Amino acid sequence: MRIQLQVALTHLTGRRRQTLVSLTGVVLGVAFFLAVSSLMRGSEQDFIKRLVDNSPHITISDEVRRPRTQPAERRWASGAVKIRNVKPQTETRGIRGYREKLALIEAIGGLRVAPVLVGSAVLTFAGREEGVTLSGIVPKTMKTVSTIQDKMTEGSLDALDVNPNGIVIGTGLAEKFNLGLGRNLTVVAASGASRAMKVVGLFRTGNASFDETQTFTLLKRAQVMLERPNRVNRLLIQLDDAYAARTVAQRIEDATGDKSVSWVEASEDILSVLVVRNIIMYSVVSAILIVASFGIYNTLSTIVLEKTRDIAILKSMGFHARDIRLIFLFEGVIIGLIGSLFGLALGAGLMHVLSLVQIKPPGVSDKVFLPIWWGAQQFVLATAFAMASCILAAWLPARRAGRVHPVEILRGAA
Amino acid sequence: MSAVLRAENLVRVLPGEVPVTLVNDVSFAIERGEFICIMGPSGSGKSSLLYLLGLLDVPTSGRVWLDGEETSRYGEDDLASRRLEKLGFVFQFHFLLAEFSVIDNVTLPIRRLGRLDESAARARGLELLDRLGVVDQGAKYPHQLSGGQRQRVAIARALANDPLILLADEPTGNLDSASGGTVRQILHDLAHEMGKTVVAVTHDAAFAAAADRRIGIVDGKIDVDWQAV
Repeated sequence: MRIQLQVALTHLTGRRRQTLVSLTGVVLGVAFFLAVSSLMRGSEQDFIKRLVDNSPHITISDEVRRPRTQPAERRWASGAVKIRNVKPQTETRGIRGYREKLALIEAIGGLRVAPVLVGSAVLTFAGREEGVTLSGIVPKTMKTVSTIQDKMTEGSLDALDVNPNGIVIGTGLAEKFNLGLGRNLTVVAASGASRAMKVVGLFRTGNASFDETQTFTLLKRAQVMLERPNRVNRLLIQLDDAYAARTVAQRIEDATGDKSVSWVEASEDILSVLVVRNIIMYSVVSAILIVASFGIYNTLSTIVLEKTRDIAILKSMGFHARDIRLIFLFEGVIIGLIGSLFGLALGAGLMHVLSLVQIKPPGVSDKVFLPIWWGAQQFVLATAFAMASCILAAWLPARRAGRVHPVEILRGAA
Repeated sequence: MSAVLRAENLVRVLPGEVPVTLVNDVSFAIERGEFICIMGPSGSGKSSLLYLLGLLDVPTSGRVWLDGEETSRYGEDDLASRRLEKLGFVFQFHFLLAEFSVIDNVTLPIRRLGRLDESAARARGLELLDRLGVVDQGAKYPHQLSGGQRQRVAIARALANDPLILLADEPTGNLDSASGGTVRQILHDLAHEMGKTVVAVTHDAAFAAAADRRIGIVDGKIDVDWQAV
């Protein structure tokens, strides 16, 4: 064993009780750091997951952001042609050539895409009328980009394939109309077309406005109803890696010219709130470790004072100032390592207990478990922060010890 | 014979509102294998001189040569390295580390120097303890030993890295006359039989009588430099 390490261990075991107190501080600090940050990160991820999963990662809509190149520009490609105030045409609504674009997007890989035609309609049932959003979908592709299938309480999206006159509505709307699965209602589209449709599925997302105003029908049926044959106005994309959404959206927009909005772009405000929340959380949990590091500082300062004579004798023997500093830094590192080890174990235990806790948020019928994130990142972060504060706490006493002048001490002690 | 330690115009002044001159213009040379006593009344500056010779303290002016090396340019770390390799200290108080066993105390400098592995360091430590007649105390802790035994362990530790010079500051000052006699004999034998250079500061007339050379210090200056013929 290195001699400096042995001296360090001897110092720590010589003051067992104080060492234990410092150690307890680090253990508790690391444990709380780990448990609280895992809970916060868990809830953040839970939140983002909801955000990401409940809406498509990328939505391509029929707004053309980039105007088409004008004939003059095409004719004189290298000429000094500049045409100002060109606006994209908007009269032909919907995504042009969506089948080609679908193929283009699918070729990117690592994603699933679904075409949707969104329009508005009025549902009437038993004398009541409700304005709704009518989305024409292809059930097979819609299921791959949306969690709506998991939110079905009765019936299914696939029932639309079986019954072309079927419609899927939210439970909120069903309650308003006081109707259930299998009942017929009348759908009047904005174009004036009207048709009796049968409720073949009910969904419940928990988002009240969505549950009350969203309806799904077959894409073909919607195209007929909205008088937009062979056209869609949304392409919904779900990615394997949700965090690639921004770059993929940019690529698609560059390739197709259609407005592509990623979930990141759409939820920037919420994401920035989460960052602020993380900063607050990390500063609070770090404070625990900083307080713990004062304990270490205190212990090591006491040892330095108590062992001044030993330090002087080691220096007279030929130990360098850095050997002495190393001894006290080792003491900080030892407390940090052992404290982190037990702290991580205690923290993991706390996390396990927390993950068993069920809570019932107000207004929600089902109980949910506390979201705990078991990511290695939190464990590493807790250890790194504990080690940093231990070394920092040891540094000041170590520096003081390194400065001990042997002659002054030996002269006084003789 | 070459001078193993040489002092030239050494001055040490303690700075302060009223500066105190501890050592005032001292020059002399010590040959290899000499047994020297530095004597003088309390406060004469003899310990301060020893600290300067032992590279523990830095002179205000003047120079010290150790083993042919001029040391005034050296920084703290260089001086520490020279102490580790070439010098051994024995103080009035034993200054053993209380939490370390006797053998661990003795092997401390060997392990710091790092030229011997753990087992060789231990063997060397036991050999030294044996030579000083305390090998059976190796596993004990300093507080379990008598004063004389502790001082012998301290000498063993000072000899751990086979230094050129052993510097002793009142090595018998805290001992009864019997133990003091033993320590005196040990230092005497080290000089005369092992060829070590021994520089000791002492009050003890009997101790000084055994030395080859006696340097008397008064008010920081050399008063007498007596050499046995």
